[in-house]
Amino acid sequence: MTTAHPALVALDVPSPPVGRRLRLAAADTAALTHRELLIWMRNPSFIFFTIIQPVMFVLLFRYVFGGAIPVKVLGGYVDFLMPGIIAQSAAFASFGTAIALARQLQKGVIDRFRAMPMARSAVLLGRLSADVVRLVVTLLVILGVGYAVGFRFHNGALPAVLMLVLGVALGLTICTVSAYVGLAVKDEESVSSFGLVWLFPLTFVSNAFVPVEKMPGWLQAFAKNQPVTIVIDEMRSLALGGPLALHAWQSAAWLAGIVAVFVPLAVRAYRRAT
Amino acid sequence: MPPTNEPAGQGGGDGWQPRWDGPVIVVEGVHKSFGDVHALRGIDLAVERGRVLGVLGPNGAGKTTAVKILTTLLRPDRGRALVEGRDVARSPAAVREIIGLAGQSTAIQEELTGRENLDIMGRLYHVGAATRRLRAEELLERFELQDAADRPAKGYSGGMQRRLDLALSLVAHPRVVFLDEPTTGLDPRSRMAMWDVIREMVGSGTTLLLTTQYLEEADALADEIVVIDRGLVIAAGTSQELKNRIGGDVLEFVVDRRRSAEAAQAVRGLSSTEPIVDAETGRVSLRVGTEGSQALVETVRRLDALGIHTEDLGIRRPSLDDVFLALTGHGAEDEENGAGSRRGKKARRRSDRRAS
Repeated sequence: MTTAHPALVALDVPSPPVGRRLRLAAADTAALTHRELLIWMRNPSFIFFTIIQPVMFVLLFRYVFGGAIPVKVLGGYVDFLMPGIIAQSAAFASFGTAIALARQLQKGVIDRFRAMPMARSAVLLGRLSADVVRLVVTLLVILGVGYAVGFRFHNGALPAVLMLVLGVALGLTICTVSAYVGLAVKDEESVSSFGLVWLFPLTFVSNAFVPVEKMPGWLQAFAKNQPVTIVIDEMRSLALGGPLALHAWQSAAWLAGIVAVFVPLAVRAYRRAT
Repeated sequence: MPPTNEPAGQGGGDGWQPRWDGPVIVVEGVHKSFGDVHALRGIDLAVERGRVLGVLGPNGAGKTTAVKILTTLLRPDRGRALVEGRDVARSPAAVREIIGLAGQSTAIQEELTGRENLDIMGRLYHVGAATRRLRAEELLERFELQDAADRPAKGYSGGMQRRLDLALSLVAHPRVVFLDEPTTGLDPRSRMAMWDVIREMVGSGTTLLLTTQYLEEADALADEIVVIDRGLVIAAGTSQELKNRIGGDVLEFVVDRRRSAEAAQAVRGLSSTEPIVDAETGRVSLRVGTEGSQALVETVRRLDALGIHTEDLGIRRPSLDDVFLALTGHGAEDEENGAGSRRGKKARRRSDRRAS
C-alpha cells in the first residue's frame, strides 16, 4: 500500500474488563448528568420553559378558562385540571432535551465527546437522568401551585405518589422521542421552530384540559385513544379515585412501546451524527 | 517491530500499556468518500514523537476528514491509520485514551464557567478530583484565563474561547494532539496568543498534528508541512523546502491598469520567474526568492524612470494561494468540491484570509 512503513504491525490493545467498563460508564453518566443540570440552572429560558410556563398554565386554566368548562369531578375543575396539566407540563419539558442535543451536535460538542474515552451510552443516559431530576422539580412546583389554588388529592398518599411517578414516566418517555428528534434534525433552530409541533396535538387534543366528550366526533376518535389521554385517565384515577386497572395496563404498554421504539432510534441517530 | 510491554508513564492512567517505537501518527493509503465526493483519495502521513506536522490546504481539501479519521470519528474506506500504534478503526477506544482534539468544533459549554468546564472534562477523562483541581489551575494559568475562570464561558472573547477549548483537550495530558484549524476566525492578536500557547504545549513533548489554511501559521508552528489538495498530498517537507519550491517571497505592486503591461515589462528580469499581471486591478506580482529588498529598490528605480506611479508596493510572504499556484497551477479559491464545506463558511474564511 505504501513504501514508508511496510513493517509496522498495529498494537493489539486489550479492552478493559466489563466490570471496569461499567463502573466508568456510570461515572461518565453521573458527570454528564451534573453537567446538564448545571446548564439547566444557568439558562433562564430553560427555567422559563420548565417552571414559569407550567405555572402560568395552571393559573390560566384555573382562573380564565376553568369557569367555562363544566366537568363532573369531585372537587370541580381544579381537581380535573391538575393531573392533566401535570402530564402536559411533563410532555412539554422534553422541549429542552431536543434543543440541547441539537445544539450540542451543531456546535461539535458531541463530536468531541465521541473522540474521548467515554462510554458511548453516557451522553444519552446523562441527558435522560438529568431530565428525570428536571421533571421531578417541575412537577413538584406545579403541584405546589395547584395546592395553593385549591387542588386536593382524594385517594390517599400512595396513589398520589404513583400519580407523580406516572407523570415523570410520561415526561421521560416523551424525552426519548425528543432526543431522537434533536439528534436526527441536528439543527437547533429547526428543532425549536417546528421540530416539536407534534407535541401540541398530542397534549391539547387529549383529556388534559377538557373532557373528550365535548370534542367533535372525528376528533374524539383520536383524543380518546391516544397515549396521553390514557395516561391522564390513569393519573386522574390515582389522584381522585376511580377504576385503575385497565388504564394502568394500557399506560404501561404505551410508554414501554414508545421507549422501545425511540431509544434504539436515538442511539442510532447518535452513532451516525458527526 | 514487536511491541514490548512497558509502562506508558503518562496518559490515561491505565497502568501497563504496550509501548510503540514507530512514528506516533501513521497514515497509509487512506481513502474516504461521502457518496460521490472523494474527500481523501489515498493519503500517507507519518509524524515522529514530539514533532509537529502542519497539514496545509484550502477549504474542502480533506483536512478535517483526515483529522476525523485519526480521532476515530470516521472510519477510513480503505487504508489504515495508527496513533501510537493503535489502529483507529480496530481499536478506537484505545486511541481515544491517548489523544486530544480541539479546533473547529468546541467542547465548551457556554453556561458553565471556565473552571467548571475543565472540571467536568477532567471527570470524563477519569481524572481524580484532587488532580483535576490542580490541573485546572495549571491550565487556567498557562492559558491566561485565571481572571475569567469563574465567569460563564458565554462572556469570553473568541480568542479566550479557543484557548479554553484547547485547555479542555489537554486536561488528561494527551500524548498526541490534533488541532483542526485552531485559529480560523480569530483576529490577528488572538491568533498570535494562540500560537504562543501551542508552542508552549509542543515544548513539553506532545506530538501535534495541526491543520491550517495559513502558510504563515504552518511556518510558525510546524516542523514539517504537508500540502493537501483534493484529497491528495501534493507536497511535503520543511517550511523552508516548501518555500524554496514556491520561489520565496513575492514582490507586489499596483499601478494604473492601463500601464500594468508596461510596468510588468520593466520588472521582467528581476527574478527568474515571469511577472504575473492582473489587468483588471493593475496588480503586478513577481516571485523574488530571498532577494526581496534588492528587487524592491530596483523596481522603484525602474518604475520611477518610466514615470509610473505605484501604490501598495511591497514584499509579502507567499500566501496559500501562491503555494497552490506554484504547486498545482490553480489557486486555492477554486476548491469547492470538498466534503464538509458548509454554506457561509467559505465567505467567512475568505475575509479571514484577507485580514491576515
